[in-house]
Amino acid sequence: MSHLSERPVNPVVGQQIPHESAALHVTGAALYTDDLVLRTRDVLHAWPVQAPHTHATVTGLRTAPALTVPGVVRVLTADDVPGANDAGVKHDEPLFPSEVMYHGHAVAWVLGETLEAARLGAAMVEVDYDVLPALVTLTEAIEAKSFQGAQPHMERGDIEAAFEGAAHVFSGEFEFAGQEHFYLETHCALAHVDESGQVFAQSSTQHPSETQEIIAHVLGRSSNEVTVQCLRMGGGFGGKEMQPHGLAAIASLGAVLTGRPVRLRLNRTQDITMTGKRHGFHAQWRAGFDEQGLLQALDATLTADGGWSLDLSEPVLARALCHIDNAYFIPNVRVNGRIARTNKTSQTAFRGFGGPQGMLVIEDILGRCAPLLGAPAHELRRKNFYAEGQSTPYGMPVRHAERLTAAWDAVLSKGDVADRQAQVAEFNRGHEHTKRAIAITPVKFGISFNLTAFNQAGALVHVYKDGSVLINHGGTEMGQGLHTKMLQVAATSLGVPLSRVRLAPTRTDKVPNTSATAASSGADLNGGAIKNACEQIRERLAQVAAGRLGVHPNEVVFDGGVVRGLSASGEHIDWDDLVVQSYFQRVQLWAAGYYRTEGLHWDSASMQGTPFKYFAYGVAVSEVEVDGFTGGYRTLRVDIVHDVGDSLSPLVDLGQIEGGFVQGAGWLTLEDLRWDETDGPNRGRLATQAASTYKLPSFSEMPEEFNVSLLEHAHEDGAVYGGKAVGEPPLMLAFSVREALRQAAAAFGPTGTSVDLASPATPEAVYWAVESARSEAAAMHRTTAEGGTGAVPEQPGASAHPMHPRSERVVGHPVPVDGPAAPSASPEGSRQAAGVRP
Amino acid sequence: MASTTTPTAVPTHAAVPTATVNGQACGFERISAQTSALDWLRDQGLTGAKEGCAEGECGACSVLVARPAGDHDDAGSRWTAINACLIPAASLDGQEVVTAEGLGTADDLHPVQYEMAMRGGSQCGYCTPGFVCSMAAEYYRPDRGAEAEDGGEGHECGPNGFDLHALSGNLCRCTGYRPIQDAAYALGAPAESDALAERSSRRAPDAVPTRLTTAAGTYARAADLEEVLALRAEHPDATLVAGSTDWGVEVNIRGVRAPYVIGIDRVAELRTFEVGDEAIELGAALTLSEIEERLDGRIPLLAQMLPQFASRLIRNGATIGGNLGTGSPIGDTPPALLALEADVVLASPSGERSVPLADYFTGYRATVKQADELIRALRIPVPLSPVTAFHKIAKRRFDDISSVAVGFALTIDDGVVSRARIGLGGVAATPIRARDTEAALEGRPFTRDVVRAAAAVMRREGTPMSDHRASGNYRAAMLGTALLKLHSQHGTTSTTEVSA
Repeated sequence: MSHLSERPVNPVVGQQIPHESAALHVTGAALYTDDLVLRTRDVLHAWPVQAPHTHATVTGLRTAPALTVPGVVRVLTADDVPGANDAGVKHDEPLFPSEVMYHGHAVAWVLGETLEAARLGAAMVEVDYDVLPALVTLTEAIEAKSFQGAQPHMERGDIEAAFEGAAHVFSGEFEFAGQEHFYLETHCALAHVDESGQVFAQSSTQHPSETQEIIAHVLGRSSNEVTVQCLRMGGGFGGKEMQPHGLAAIASLGAVLTGRPVRLRLNRTQDITMTGKRHGFHAQWRAGFDEQGLLQALDATLTADGGWSLDLSEPVLARALCHIDNAYFIPNVRVNGRIARTNKTSQTAFRGFGGPQGMLVIEDILGRCAPLLGAPAHELRRKNFYAEGQSTPYGMPVRHAERLTAAWDAVLSKGDVADRQAQVAEFNRGHEHTKRAIAITPVKFGISFNLTAFNQAGALVHVYKDGSVLINHGGTEMGQGLHTKMLQVAATSLGVPLSRVRLAPTRTDKVPNTSATAASSGADLNGGAIKNACEQIRERLAQVAAGRLGVHPNEVVFDGGVVRGLSASGEHIDWDDLVVQSYFQRVQLWAAGYYRTEGLHWDSASMQGTPFKYFAYGVAVSEVEVDGFTGGYRTLRVDIVHDVGDSLSPLVDLGQIEGGFVQGAGWLTLEDLRWDETDGPNRGRLATQAASTYKLPSFSEMPEEFNVSLLEHAHEDGAVYGGKAVGEPPLMLAFSVREALRQAAAAFGPTGTSVDLASPATPEAVYWAVESARSEAAAMHRTTAEGGTGAVPEQPGASAHPMHPRSERVVGHPVPVDGPAAPSASPEGSRQAAGVRP
Repeated sequence: MASTTTPTAVPTHAAVPTATVNGQACGFERISAQTSALDWLRDQGLTGAKEGCAEGECGACSVLVARPAGDHDDAGSRWTAINACLIPAASLDGQEVVTAEGLGTADDLHPVQYEMAMRGGSQCGYCTPGFVCSMAAEYYRPDRGAEAEDGGEGHECGPNGFDLHALSGNLCRCTGYRPIQDAAYALGAPAESDALAERSSRRAPDAVPTRLTTAAGTYARAADLEEVLALRAEHPDATLVAGSTDWGVEVNIRGVRAPYVIGIDRVAELRTFEVGDEAIELGAALTLSEIEERLDGRIPLLAQMLPQFASRLIRNGATIGGNLGTGSPIGDTPPALLALEADVVLASPSGERSVPLADYFTGYRATVKQADELIRALRIPVPLSPVTAFHKIAKRRFDDISSVAVGFALTIDDGVVSRARIGLGGVAATPIRARDTEAALEGRPFTRDVVRAAAAVMRREGTPMSDHRASGNYRAAMLGTALLKLHSQHGTTSTTEVSA
């Protein structure tokens, strides 16, 4: 057991406690950014001028009419920007665009004494547009060869030889939808210039440091003149990793120009039409199997719908490539990736960050091919699992592969799956119009940022003379329970009761240069930093205690607010006494902690290395019932066994697994982003831009029986106190629902029917799947084709360039050009990029 | 049973509009006639209620109001959860409101808050105050616990009688709902000393005739029907607002502003409920929740439809007259009411007239209702056809808008369909009767072959279009399968509906 992962006696980590803010949540006392407006005097409210076109050049913009509206104070335009008119870390997102790149793109912002005044003012701003042709669908963009950014390529083995030798080769094509985050709290920023002249921005952001950097970049200031604070978020899910920056920059710009606090809160319509979503993908593939059904080769080209700018599309695509194997060993692999540029919102991080999209491709392939191979889908999946000693296509050994089988066996046994499969078969024999199915799917998800540099974190821990402890760290709280876990880590490391530790809101003047709270890594990274800070303090206190107790410092034990020697019966000192004595002995009672994940290496140009510290594993079993008249369905039962290591906080981890699963099921079955794809006047407009048209799971989508348990004997040596990251991996357990729907639809047809199922698998999509299964001509409609060496997916063109080692993103430092530079949104955009401050 | 609430003596037009919020008097000094109750509450410093969607879909703004528990004077009151984002603040004049802050504090949690906190019912916490209010409303429901565990048609009850449908209008993006369900099902009965439970035994506040005029317009609550008609004559451009579940969306999302709003939700003449020998009359301003409760299963088709109509939060505000008044082609009540052959009672200064619902709709969001008329009531003739069903096709089972809705009311004598009435929503510019299908059924035996032939006719009813909810082909297919599904379920024990 490593020093990092070893727990002391009576650890506070591992205790089942509610969320640290639960009592505030339920009483309405927990404050979010927009709740601060009432506490702030003379606030101005911001409202965007949203373009009514999907692609257009702005040829004229007159703000004067807006200023005639009572209460309108100022209209912000590109001319007002003292620094760079650039809100994107890739320098392709002008804050005030001269070229409208998607329907609803904000071209100016109006500040008013009231929100109503700002709204009415925005309607009065006159903008002239030259409308341009727009690319709306992924297919259109692929046909037009409209790509942006890198085109990564990952390869292992001899792909052609493998297809030549494969007993069965299938090929197909598949396009699947993205997902709106729909955090209940929309984007919000509240900025003012404080008493010392610095810009202070409260922001609902997962990445305060980057929000700070973009504000500084736009204002032409240094980072030390800007502080960003995030109290908490009403949900993030990746949607507040990069999207908050420009909005906070607008609020900050307004505050600097008017000298008054500026509040920018997007309403739901604005949030959903202006901010990025999970990438939809297109996949072309061919897969080869041997006689036993073992995967021999996979050749795929993935195209992500990036929307109008790069944002996080490159690392999202990289993670998709790194997860196309999911839990399966594929000896020969070739995967190409590319990012389409379309006239839509700039798609961004969303829980799983490309991982779900990569995995969906292989799960879809296995779900389609199993009937054609004559094998039950769960058997095909199980037999292709990684074994210890095998490596991923990017060359990383799959450590603890045996946990996949352990989780599989556990969930089959707990879920009584064998008996229930027999019951399902019996049910289906007795019901002509209703069919049930059980599907079992695994998850293997890599933990760490692909870009090694981001795998670092800082913390600040203060012990005050009265023995109370205040902690600060670089991570943000969005409901995932990070702060709860961090309080538990600090109490464990210092050996004090949880009640002695308080956590202060995340802000950039406490812990600088933080990474986004993302990639499920918040607890691993910040926990490591807090533990490091606490241990520095504890070691100093141990010296003082050792003198008092007459023992060696290494033998001093901190436990529950009492400090003693190894022998429990001996003398002891109260924590509070030890702290005050140490103060008088001039011992430093605070420390800055730092952590970086060891052992990572990643070459993004060759897509090879060890990008992840470890893998998180899980297996889910879902049972569904489908109505053959309508395609409607219910999720009858879900059983999950998931690997969270030694849980740091079981109630939090359980909540992440259940919540992630339901969110994943929402993506795969219900949530249906629709853009106007017609040639009508609203072409490119998001048609589902409200909660009334974009449906996320409600109580009726909760599995009727829902059993989640944590994998036992799951200590993780490479993470703080033996726990594992849990934010993202459970989302992908929801493939079991999709695959169960596919199998239930197939059950309406003859045995061995292979069914294509659209994603999301809405009742309508399921109905058409049922219809195709029932139809004798079903095979005509299938895109899964068998024969020869398969249809070769489209390969990269001459202009394709690989990922740059630093191309994930680094603010303020344009990527050095050793491949074609990332294209800019407009000539203006590239000029500004060149003007970036060093 | 005559059931009109007797108007009680109230001061005409209270000088200073005031509401009671968490036991404290709160004025409406800084609001406009358009200000939502949510914005007003937040402006009072009560920021627990949140705006999540501004259209009554997410429930983050849910608060409790004391509403009459029945239609007689000593009926007591009911803590009713509503979407604060939809209603005008001024409509709360004279009313009692409780928010999450008023239920308990971090040091003294309300039982609902305690269960939600301890069981992991909150993650990000943003939706939580709204969930707490919706859950508290069900916690205080006087007859909770009276039902069996399955709760009957349209109910999904826990062992403590808690109906999950009470939470159908609240969205949580974090938890996946299981811990919230656990919290709901763990609730006991309110303590004897519980002040809010005690409050329920007393009469709800009467509606106060209100005038609130600001630069942005006027909110006026009329005392009775006569005043409504008079105000309307005086202000021909006035907007009539009952539950505001549609109007609130217009204001919040589409930026519509009205110079004059007349609140009609508590006008006694619009709140009749009469079960007669020839018809059942439902007052237009009865909320769908009130209709559900007062009918108590008396009209099985409505008992099947109402739990599928939007959410409990919406049904607590939305009125049956309002659902017809919008003239929407996809409302859920018209297909059912068409099948029931309901009449619409229209009132104007010159009196009343009654129009069959089938003749009421004239085009997309257009009806026969004249500018000076309003819907006073619905009349549903009795006896009812014995075989009824409501099929709602939607993406989500709770709180979704239909892509197709079908109401069936059939009379089958000795295996022969003697009468068939079928109402359709979502397949034409207005809700329509499936008259060709009805003709294909009437006088024929209710057999598989006849049903198949009629289903083929029904598939061609209407003019279904493609939109973001469904393709035209799917809508037509659903018309084609609805009768087959009805037939397959006819005579068998009714199983719970599968979504869509």
